[in-house]
Amino acid sequence: MAYNSDLTWMLGGPQGGGINSAAESFAKALARAGYRIYMNIEFHSNIQGEHSYYKVRISDRDKGNLSEKAHVLVSLDEETLLGNTHNEWPSHHGHLSEMVEGGVVIYDGALKLNLTGQRRDIHYIPVPFDDLLRKVLVEAGRGSEFNALRVMTNSVAGGASAAALGVDLALYQESFRGGTGRRAALAELNAKAAEAGYSYVMEALNNQHIFQLVPVKRPETPPLLMRGINAVALAKLKAGLGFQTYYPISPATDENVYLEANARSQDLTVVQVEDEVSAINMAVGAAHAGLRSSTSTSGPGFSLMAEGMGFASLTESGGPVLFLWMRGGPSTGLPTRSEQADLKFSLQPGHGEFSHIVVAPGDLRDIVEDSYEVFNWADRYQLPAVVLVDKKMASFFQTIDDLGLNNLPPIDRGELFTPNGNYLRYQFTDSGISPRSFPGQEGGVFWTTTDEHDQRGHITESAENRVQMMDKRMGKLQLAAREIPDSRKIHLFGPENAEVTVVGWGTTKGAILDVLEILEREDGVRANFLQVRMMRPFPVEAVARVLGRAKRTILVEENYSGQLGDLVREQTGIKIGQRLVKFDGRPFSEEELLEALRRALHGAEERIAVTHLRP
Amino acid sequence: MVVQTFTAKDYKTAVHNTWCPGCGDFAILNALQAALAEVQVPPHKVAVVSGIGCSGKAPHYVNAYGLHTLHGRAVPVATGVKLANPELTVLAVGGDGDGYGIGAGYFVNAGRRNVDFTYLVFDNEVYGLTKGQGAPTMIKGLRTKGMAEPAIQDNINPLALAISSGYTFVARGYALQPKSLAQLIGQAVRHRGTAFVDILQTCPVYNDLHTKEWFGEQIGGHPRLFQLDDTDYDPMVHDPTNLEEVVAKKVQAIAKSYEWGDRIPLGVFYKIDVPTFEDQLALGDRPPERRNIWNRDLSALENSFR
Repeated sequence: MAYNSDLTWMLGGPQGGGINSAAESFAKALARAGYRIYMNIEFHSNIQGEHSYYKVRISDRDKGNLSEKAHVLVSLDEETLLGNTHNEWPSHHGHLSEMVEGGVVIYDGALKLNLTGQRRDIHYIPVPFDDLLRKVLVEAGRGSEFNALRVMTNSVAGGASAAALGVDLALYQESFRGGTGRRAALAELNAKAAEAGYSYVMEALNNQHIFQLVPVKRPETPPLLMRGINAVALAKLKAGLGFQTYYPISPATDENVYLEANARSQDLTVVQVEDEVSAINMAVGAAHAGLRSSTSTSGPGFSLMAEGMGFASLTESGGPVLFLWMRGGPSTGLPTRSEQADLKFSLQPGHGEFSHIVVAPGDLRDIVEDSYEVFNWADRYQLPAVVLVDKKMASFFQTIDDLGLNNLPPIDRGELFTPNGNYLRYQFTDSGISPRSFPGQEGGVFWTTTDEHDQRGHITESAENRVQMMDKRMGKLQLAAREIPDSRKIHLFGPENAEVTVVGWGTTKGAILDVLEILEREDGVRANFLQVRMMRPFPVEAVARVLGRAKRTILVEENYSGQLGDLVREQTGIKIGQRLVKFDGRPFSEEELLEALRRALHGAEERIAVTHLRP
Repeated sequence: MVVQTFTAKDYKTAVHNTWCPGCGDFAILNALQAALAEVQVPPHKVAVVSGIGCSGKAPHYVNAYGLHTLHGRAVPVATGVKLANPELTVLAVGGDGDGYGIGAGYFVNAGRRNVDFTYLVFDNEVYGLTKGQGAPTMIKGLRTKGMAEPAIQDNINPLALAISSGYTFVARGYALQPKSLAQLIGQAVRHRGTAFVDILQTCPVYNDLHTKEWFGEQIGGHPRLFQLDDTDYDPMVHDPTNLEEVVAKKVQAIAKSYEWGDRIPLGVFYKIDVPTFEDQLALGDRPPERRNIWNRDLSALENSFR
């Protein structure tokens, strides 16, 4: 039997029912065993009960996106299989349609399911999770602890999944060992629970593996299995973040809470505030006072922060750095789903004309570099910055060997003042950058105001001063454009002389790179990918250079209108020929993107909107 | 070591002042400068943060780090400045519209935090810069000359609101009694925690009801304005761990804050000494450069994801 090098395991159930820890611990076990993982969760804006599911892509190589197929599905409830038919307007019909032919569905044997009329080309295995665990506990003389140890049904399900995926049982059991404390004390019981699940499924399959994951070598150092939201937090800490404010909002909350949980040990001040207006203003105050400050939010919060962005820019506060975890908009929109629809807003988030930086990292590596270095730029150019991230970046996990935190450039706080007896906070200079002092420093007393101001920071409505000040502030953007290398602004993946150039930004990066590889392999299409990573100052020449020699261009974005396409046209005059857009709140699956690209390549449609209507 | 002595003059600037002649803001500014001299804090260790409006311009006239911010946002900005550098003496200043209208949410939530700064509200009951509309402290039914109609929205009681929001020092001053106002501001600055002073202020251009003359009236042989200090009123919570006393002192202060009209009390209404926000975060008085943030070793945190 041939080995499988790319399998998708899926776990669905009611929100709050433990699917997060079950899926994450199973994936971690596989990552430690040497498999590469890409996984993501879909969930509702709800605390308990609504449908939620994890998809985990397991391979011997790095994958940058999810397939919409599933080889093995573990279901903790009926809805995962059959949909929410109890709703007046059912929002989905379950996940059975995603199963590959011959796939394995494992579900809780305690559920009395009527599967008549459902697909007959897949295996259904009811597994009595509770009963199997109870038996293990009784045999170990700990039957009375069933309720306290019921979470170990996760290990039963993990063992059952290992059987269905063709993962070596011993290799999975190994993941329980080597811990400390309670984890170590329960290691052998967990291993037995896993064995119970494994044996039950093998018996149901007549001891024939349906799938068999390709064997891999256990790495000496296990890889990180990490979400973008944690990578951001670590990069910010590395950058010397001293002050973080937030108002709770999905999907930014996890970053804020992670920082808050580590605040005391990292000498970081985290303040949960009353609204996002307070969040940005407090962060601006801290930036003026000399701490590197940041706030993290999503679209609705960013809308409230608009006036604060202008404040920070006009007063040249040197920060804050704002992390915008985009979700489906407008208004409250789709609070727990992903979208790339705030690009244009991030470029002009407020009245008047002002300078700020906007970056859009695409994967874990980008996000570490950008989240770190943007603090240097905010200090160097004395302006606020926005890092565009999204719900997908917040929730997906990926294996990565290390984040490269020790290979980042040094911290650069920009130009700082030296006392000269007549300090001018907004002194006109050739570069447009005026050396900063921080409150508390002798000889550095300054004034600042959200009114137009003179070099000392006092209000003036002088026309002459206005022109000079606008030139100074807006000129810093041109300075940043000159100083920041192209290598931080765009990336071109693939051959220079490709037949097709795909243009995109942000977290579609992984899917685009994976799909281009398939297109080349299966369709013989030589394509390259232009990733735009810096949105403001926009890399006009670099983008124009790549697109100017492109034979055919296709834009890929997760929004309705193709906002980067508009921006490219505004900035370079170049019209990208075709736009593939998706705005159903679910990231492109590999299949959706492949299908859309093929359709674009075989025709001349200017806009193709894609959705496979997944739950 | 030379002991520097600062006088009120050291906190003045030569900046052209755009307040109207006779504005109560001048008196508050003088009292603020006198208070800083009394506390003897060097100008470069002071930050004055303001909102928008006539009072918002105050930082430009104070020789200290000055941040003239957005309408209603002085309190969050001041909070950020103080938490970033607790070594600083931070004052937030603004008007009644700025603090109780557009900034009401921040006014309330600052009380919950108790960061160590002083908040002075220049309360003249009107929006002066936009030509005299009624502000949140304009009493329902009254109409000043800038208003199209008598106020049909009720007025808030800033002192009662501050006390119920958790402020640990709540006081009322009057602009045109410079000596007692300077003393009150000095007390507020010395208080550890958020100290709030509502300062009754005349607007000679737009508030033609509560004028210098009205505040100065004698009613039945008694001045309209009187100092709580001259009575047996005790604003202090002596045992902050005694919830009964805390509640009793709050209730007393709130009741006192509703005395208005013929007799208007001035001075400290409520005071309690409890740990500040900074205390709870163990920030000490460390400025940014003394935080352990600039060269973090994150290997343990990173490895927790393996």
